Amino acid sequence: MAVTVRIPTPLQRLTNGQAEVQCDGSTVSDLLFDLEKRYPGIKERICDEQGKLRRFVNVFVNEEDIRFMQGDQTAVKAGDEVSIIPAIAGG
Amino acid sequence: MSLSKDQIQRYSRQLILPEVGVKGQETLRRSSVLIVGAGGLGSPAALYLAAAGVGKLGIIDREAVALSNLHRQILYGTEDVGRSKSDAATQRLSRLNPDVEVAAIHGSIQAETVLGFVRGYDLVLDGSDNVATRYLVNDACVLSGTPLVYGGVVGFRGQVMVIRPRQSACFRCVFPEPPAAGEIPSCQEAGVVGSAAGIVGSLMAHEALKALLGIGEGLANRLLVFEGVASRWREVPVRRDPACAVCGDVPTIRQPVAIEHPICVEVQQEGAWPRSR
Repeated sequence: MAVTVRIPTPLQRLTNGQAEVQCDGSTVSDLLFDLEKRYPGIKERICDEQGKLRRFVNVFVNEEDIRFMQGDQTAVKAGDEVSIIPAIAGG
Repeated sequence: MSLSKDQIQRYSRQLILPEVGVKGQETLRRSSVLIVGAGGLGSPAALYLAAAGVGKLGIIDREAVALSNLHRQILYGTEDVGRSKSDAATQRLSRLNPDVEVAAIHGSIQAETVLGFVRGYDLVLDGSDNVATRYLVNDACVLSGTPLVYGGVVGFRGQVMVIRPRQSACFRCVFPEPPAAGEIPSCQEAGVVGSAAGIVGSLMAHEALKALLGIGEGLANRLLVFEGVASRWREVPVRRDPACAVCGDVPTIRQPVAIEHPICVEVQQEGAWPRSR
């Protein structure tokens, strides 16, 4: 059950330069677990030690913020697109 | 207030647009924009807004021009190195368009003063370089009901969003909390491509002009993301969070409050990322 995960530029060095990767899972939490299995070290950049999404990082499923859905328990299915988007403060 | 012969010449290419016209030009002349940060984003934004004939531009920046600024901060030339950015920007913008009144402030945005700055302007454009200022400016704009154009850039990528206070998502709705001190590396000079800053800063000016003129669709409730290595744009719909601390239904922030540890996020090398160690 492949879900497309879009990786922001700073994390692409952990995905061998790929901007999009395929992961499996039925929730966002599962996906992040699978993402970590495939690309070790990436999850700690997205979640804190408690597994909670880091502040300043947003995850969107099909362009809907998971904070407005069921958070990391938001369901995903094959063909969905998940984007990881950090804020940018530089000017 | 009518346009002089020179002004008709100067603005002729935008005057002939039905979306602008003489009425729109006069609207711009009566308008004022506060630009926070005269750096990589503030430079192109200020140049385009001044060139377009926005009547009053406020510019606030605390720094002096450094040689390392010049690859992206196109307001300045080599001869400006060492001068305060507020002075150099005033001179450059006045030369570009003497119609524009430039009110430059050499200093930084503080919790105590931010509302006073913001209240005097029709619109604010935030091109600052640190998280503390971003939250202060957002909160002050929401509290004063001032439209805000947010933009950020680092490396090859950037983001732009328009904030219509209490109507559309604010910066805090999308990014509710700043990172805690220690969650990120110490501040360093960001790696950034000048042209990426130019793209984002120009888009910010574009959104500001449309908002002042009341034309087109703006980037309210739309976070536009530029991935400059792949040269791709992505748009993410965002929305006002009823639980937002500043613009939500039961706000807990009723006046601008300084972030405890002013810190920079993503003002770091491309490739860096917030982390706890």
